[in-house]
Amino acid sequence: MKRKLLAASSVACLMLSGAAFAADLTVGFSQIGSESGWRAAETTVTQQQAKERGIDLKFADAQQKQENQIKAVRGFIAQGVDAILIAPVVATGWDEVLGEAKEAEIPVILLDRQIDAPDDLYLTAVTSDQVFEGKVAGEWLVKDVGDKACKVVELQGTTGSSPAINRKKGFEEAIAGKSNITIARSQTGDFTRTKGKEVMESFIKAENGGKDICAVYAHNDDMAVGAIQAIKEAGLKPGTDIKVVSIDAVPDIFLAMQAGEANATVELTPNMAGPAFDVLEKFKADGTLPPKWIQTESKLFTQADDPKGVYESKKDLGY
Amino acid sequence: MTKLKQLRPQLLALAVVLVLIGLISPGFFSVTVQNGRLYGSLIDVGVRVAPVALLAIGMTLVIATKGIDLSVGAVMAITGAVAATLVADGHSVPVVLAVSLALGLVCGIWNGVLVAFLDIQPIIATLILMVAGRGIAQLITGGVILTFNDPAFSFIGSGAVLGIPMPILIWLAMGLAVGLLVRRSALGLLIEAVGINRRASMLVGVRARFLILATYAISGLCAAMAGMIVTADIHGADANNAGLWLELDAILAVVIGGTSLAGGRFSITASLIGALIIQALNTGILMSGWPPEFNLIVKAVVIVAILTLQSPAVADELSVLRGMLRRKGAKS
Repeated sequence: MKRKLLAASSVACLMLSGAAFAADLTVGFSQIGSESGWRAAETTVTQQQAKERGIDLKFADAQQKQENQIKAVRGFIAQGVDAILIAPVVATGWDEVLGEAKEAEIPVILLDRQIDAPDDLYLTAVTSDQVFEGKVAGEWLVKDVGDKACKVVELQGTTGSSPAINRKKGFEEAIAGKSNITIARSQTGDFTRTKGKEVMESFIKAENGGKDICAVYAHNDDMAVGAIQAIKEAGLKPGTDIKVVSIDAVPDIFLAMQAGEANATVELTPNMAGPAFDVLEKFKADGTLPPKWIQTESKLFTQADDPKGVYESKKDLGY
Repeated sequence: MTKLKQLRPQLLALAVVLVLIGLISPGFFSVTVQNGRLYGSLIDVGVRVAPVALLAIGMTLVIATKGIDLSVGAVMAITGAVAATLVADGHSVPVVLAVSLALGLVCGIWNGVLVAFLDIQPIIATLILMVAGRGIAQLITGGVILTFNDPAFSFIGSGAVLGIPMPILIWLAMGLAVGLLVRRSALGLLIEAVGINRRASMLVGVRARFLILATYAISGLCAAMAGMIVTADIHGADANNAGLWLELDAILAVVIGGTSLAGGRFSITASLIGALIIQALNTGILMSGWPPEFNLIVKAVVIVAILTLQSPAVADELSVLRGMLRRKGAKS
């Protein structure tokens, strides 16, 4: 009863003080872990965003375990934080702990991934649209090749993973109806540089020494970096003889772009927290309910977008 | 010549796999010279097999002593991470090689001590480093793919001498060196003795503990070489993925090579052919143009077929069949 009163009065306080009050927000953030460079960058950017807005961020690393995340969320509830950000490690099993957060009237925002739970248990989810990412990459290629015939080889992500399925789907949607662009070969490179290079080597040999290949589409930048090395070792020029388009926008691909060896990448922004804090501040100020899904921007970068500058701005984010 | 006869099942399997791939993608066997080096899918098989081939060399010895080394993939990640860190810090190639190889040796000796002196079961003893090793590698790289730009070190992965790519030369040289070491001396025999019956061999004066320790040390050394090759190949150390699951491919190569997991008789040449079979399959699948969903199924079917043909039960049946045919031939 007492807690409820307290919560109610703090909500009233928020109503009164409005946006200026946002500066005193305390937000708990349960991160999955640091399994990839992108994840590390997401953590860094979230901390930066919180600092810029004067939000007190409490960070908990779950080391890839849902039980740790649930523990962290319960800890945040006990501490009486103003909001909780979760980058959920799996999609299921969240109902109970999110119910507890709801009872305590603490809004929860999901970052980067969706979950299987009734959507009244969380305020909103901030994620990218993987199909759209593939589409942006495909549309770039359609525009770039114009009416010329173009045989594309595709380096897929790990077979059966949702980014691999969705990024493939989006790309295919973009080139559908363009009879001059065909996907000649498609294999999995497991999202890694080594496999990306190995698969590209075999593609080059299977397609007349690479002379028949006009572009390579990689589901992530790491495979693209591997493919670029394979193209170079086959005596061809990546970026000119074979165009390279990929997704993620990690710093290393900008080095390749600067050297003219990669053509375009679609950013999977590590800044999921920015939009999350935006809606949170609005919600705290006047109770504006955001839509249940906030799609992050999937920005296209090409060689014309100052790759050196982007590299400099990204290299210290922990990728 | 008797040696060649012993290798017959493995060579036959390799030949069948190669012919099948040749039928599916006709360009598979064409080897040309490009930029002063050999170029073609067959050469790719030789280059890409390097990590598994190197691991299989060490694994063969370990398995011959009735052991197993699950940590080799993680050791690859550790040595790769250390090598990349040193290269990025501007150390010269000899220094990088020496430190990385020494590190591989230390990892191997760690496993060896656990198995030979503390008598911990090999599968558990090496599981420790398999799990912890990847974490150590991630600590070294700070969780990122540590890249470098050093042509001298990259030469190990993508250079060539007399047109032959370096990785091929490295695994051939290592296979030859270890093979000669164990077969031109009594070492091989002693290792087999330890694998068949450690107690008995100790009673007749074989220093089993030291031999077992040595096999794990060589396995660590081989893993260090493999780790440097993959790191040099992609100009970076990927602690998350370098050598991931390769210990299983190495064990499979040894098994296809006919060495029993129960220890005893072993053949490094046969294990290397086993590794080539696995890699030929991998490359063949990539050349085939089939959708990636089939990769593992195709691989599994072929390997089950190979192992079935090599199994004692089927081998017995075949020899009975052969004998019957021979008798029939003699009668008529």
